[in-house]
Amino acid sequence: MQGNGNAAPLLEIRGLKTQFATDDGMVRAVDGVDLAIGRGETVGVVGESGCGKTVTAMSVLKLIAMPPGRIVEGRILWRGRDLVPLPADAMDEVRAKEIAMVFQEPMTSLNPVYTVGEQIAEVVRRHEGLSRQAALEKAVHMLRLVQVSNPERRAHDYPHQFSGGMRQRVMIAMALSCDPKLLIADEPTTALDVTIQAQILELLTEMKSRFGMAIMLITHAMGVVAETAQRVVVMYAGKVIEEAPVERLFANPRHPYTQGLIRSIPQIDKAAIAKTRLEAIPGVVPSLINPPPGCRFAPRCRYAMAICREAVPPLREVEPGHKVACVL
Amino acid sequence: MAGSIPASASAEAPAPVATAARAPARPFSPWRDAWRRFRRHRAAVVSLFILAAMIGAILLAPLIWRVAINDIDFSAHLEGPSWAHPLGTDDLGQDVLARMLYGGRISLAVGLAAMMVAMVVGTIVGAVAGMSRGWVGPALMWLTDLFLSLPQLPLLLLVIYLFRDTLKAMFGVEGGVFILVVVVIGGLRWMPVARLVRAQFLSLREREFVEAARALGASKLRQVVRHILPNALGPVIVAGTIDVAAAIIAESTLSFLGLGFPPDVPTWGRILYDAKDYLDIAPHWALFPGAAIFLTVLSINFIGDGLRDALDPRKVM
Amino acid sequence: MDAKAPATAEPLLRVEGLTKNFVIGGGLFSRAPDVVHAVDNVSFTIGHAETLGLVGESGSGKSTTGRCVLRLIEPTSGKILFQNIDVVRLNSGALRSLRRDIQIIFQDPFASLNPRMTVGSIIGEALTIHDLARTRREFSERVVELLETVGLQADHMRRYPHEFSGGQRQRIGIARALAVEPKLIICDEPVSALDVSIQAQVINLLEDLQQKFGLAYLFIAHDLSVVEHISRRVAVMYLGRIVEIASARDLYASPRHPYTEALLSAVPVTDPGKRRQRIVLQGEVPSPMNPPTGCHFHTRCPIRKLPLCSEVVPELKQTSSGHMVACHLRS
Repeated sequence: MQGNGNAAPLLEIRGLKTQFATDDGMVRAVDGVDLAIGRGETVGVVGESGCGKTVTAMSVLKLIAMPPGRIVEGRILWRGRDLVPLPADAMDEVRAKEIAMVFQEPMTSLNPVYTVGEQIAEVVRRHEGLSRQAALEKAVHMLRLVQVSNPERRAHDYPHQFSGGMRQRVMIAMALSCDPKLLIADEPTTALDVTIQAQILELLTEMKSRFGMAIMLITHAMGVVAETAQRVVVMYAGKVIEEAPVERLFANPRHPYTQGLIRSIPQIDKAAIAKTRLEAIPGVVPSLINPPPGCRFAPRCRYAMAICREAVPPLREVEPGHKVACVL
Repeated sequence: MAGSIPASASAEAPAPVATAARAPARPFSPWRDAWRRFRRHRAAVVSLFILAAMIGAILLAPLIWRVAINDIDFSAHLEGPSWAHPLGTDDLGQDVLARMLYGGRISLAVGLAAMMVAMVVGTIVGAVAGMSRGWVGPALMWLTDLFLSLPQLPLLLLVIYLFRDTLKAMFGVEGGVFILVVVVIGGLRWMPVARLVRAQFLSLREREFVEAARALGASKLRQVVRHILPNALGPVIVAGTIDVAAAIIAESTLSFLGLGFPPDVPTWGRILYDAKDYLDIAPHWALFPGAAIFLTVLSINFIGDGLRDALDPRKVM
Repeated sequence: MDAKAPATAEPLLRVEGLTKNFVIGGGLFSRAPDVVHAVDNVSFTIGHAETLGLVGESGSGKSTTGRCVLRLIEPTSGKILFQNIDVVRLNSGALRSLRRDIQIIFQDPFASLNPRMTVGSIIGEALTIHDLARTRREFSERVVELLETVGLQADHMRRYPHEFSGGQRQRIGIARALAVEPKLIICDEPVSALDVSIQAQVINLLEDLQQKFGLAYLFIAHDLSVVEHISRRVAVMYLGRIVEIASARDLYASPRHPYTEALLSAVPVTDPGKRRQRIVLQGEVPSPMNPPTGCHFHTRCPIRKLPLCSEVVPELKQTSSGHMVACHLRS
């Protein structure tokens, strides 16, 4: 399924700014982010640690601890409705039923003292008002859907009795149990082995075609994004610096950071055959407490010019669907 | 909703960013960091000042206030606070302030010494138990449990009764009793320290930086002293401050029961013991030493609180 | 990218039949203890200034293998011949000297440095232990030299680990390992916890150091792309056993073991045009406490042939020059 086209986007983030108060100052974790996800679209959000991708996702679901974090500016439009000023109980209705989230560490996201069946059933009961028995049946149904073998028996098992990959399946089952329109997956496979990662990504693709939902896939692995996403958003130091359909991004990355990122990954096909030196991006991610004026990437950019340090380049469309925040 | 609320969403985001900054101008040691966190605990800082003032007074004031502690003067019998005697006098006309300053030195010395004994014994036992892999660890812990189940006060009394005279003969009256009291109090307070240290060692010895030291060829002693101990001491120091408070109270109790220092040595507990029969006529006599004990113990406890926050291992590492 | 190895050299390291079992549970009153066969009869060699990659998923035993080589973990049985001396039989004094020849870099840049020691002390600790610096001045000079070799600055000596980023801490760990001038460094997932752009920096650094000092590496990782990039030869482990060893090129171009094939196909490739048919393995990785009989991989193997594969343990056999496979059907 292709991107939005004429249909209104499901989720539209406009000018989001989320900040955290710390001992050393105000951390501007997300500093003016625009993002849109259409119905049934898979959007990959890539960036390295500290770029703000997780905070963006958490802001959508208002999962940020409100001190010390705060959404200082911006709108998060979910089907036209702004989520930012929404009170807690209304927000609870949105969570799980309309937007669901899967986290990176399945070990810490599941409550160790309840069985997995109970945990899934709890979600269902809360949002669909089913009876205890019916909710448990639905939980077993969901477990079967995510290919947990012997779901009737395993629904009575505790999280520690599952392996990492299995736990992630349980998380996905829980997330999908109320038929959400958008699934936010925050590094869902990073903590898993490569072969299990392959299984989980296949599962996500299958679930997506079955339920027709949109996916916001957050990851730092370009390979995962290349294989799973339709559109890619690249973030750096709290801002979006490039956005494009996936083939276009990898074929012709326009922002120097994206280029550097792609070139610094060892390609397995080339790695074994013709060894070349990896191109590393020099330097480190800048502090988000007092960010330098101008383009955040300028200190590490090989093409940096005087103008880059003066003002933040705006995100502009260089080709249809392909936006870059760079003066080049 | 089970599973959708992570423990600390915000803790993830700022951490990698803040540390990515260029290293700051001044060396930013973990100790300075701890001091900064300590400063935020208002009660602890105030207590630190109070305690410092008390210690300063006890050490320096006798140079200014030169009234003798055993200047018997029946004419100034049980007088309330006055210019000549700021804290009043006792039944023999002795100046309470002078006696309190003298006694304070002993009380604090006993408190600190007992704490040191407890800490040293406890740390050694805990370290050996924590580092051993065979039967030594469980055996030491069994011993610790044994000591823990001994009734403290009766044992205290028994030991004092048995050994007081021998020690008096060897080290003189005050010295002997001092050693006795310190050893007995310290000897009965090392067990929680041992348990704490052992727990710390068990967890720290598996840490990668200790493994790294082993890989470099560090001897076991070096691993313990250079790597494990500095990281284990946080909770131990906190426990230590509580020990000082407890030791002061224990000494006061002993003196109050008439079993500590000889009657003419005016430890705070002893002054209380002497004053207890005159509470209705001369309340000031009991009030001041009681208040002093209370204030000291309270300050030490608050400081311990502050230290616990400051040395919280989750934040330091 | 490794320096030229001597032509007829004896390998620097030869591991034969290395086995490590962990005993869990047991004790006076409980039932028979469980045995985890973490490393099961593993054999390989590493030449001078060569990089052998050791790849495998969780439970494969690769980290344990690495640690056994320098006896950070005591092997249960087997021979580890470093320059023809059996490491396993060394007494503690000789073991200490061995520490100058074999060193290790750890995965977690945050846990592998003592938070209460300055960077200078961390890097220079080996110098103190082995008496390599006679005066304070020599000590400082050597530490500065090491800092600069790994791309850090002299004034970092007085700082503490928490002031540095993950990549910088990893560099500190590398400097620490270099202090003794080792011949072999066990790299235990040194870049797995780092961001991609920092990974590249550290990988480049490791390669440069290898060129400069003629270091050999045992590079342990789960990321096949990184391992392929840095290694001359690669060994694939599954549940405690080596299932295939080959040059990096051969492993990629013609993998023989079905697990290797699955592993290669599971690696996400950064080319959206190349979305190829993935071999998705069924089932979970079995627990090392209860490994399958015969070939450990048979429960998930797409080409298995019962009852052979479930009863007989396949041995590592040569298929072509330098390429060895442990599979009944493919060797």
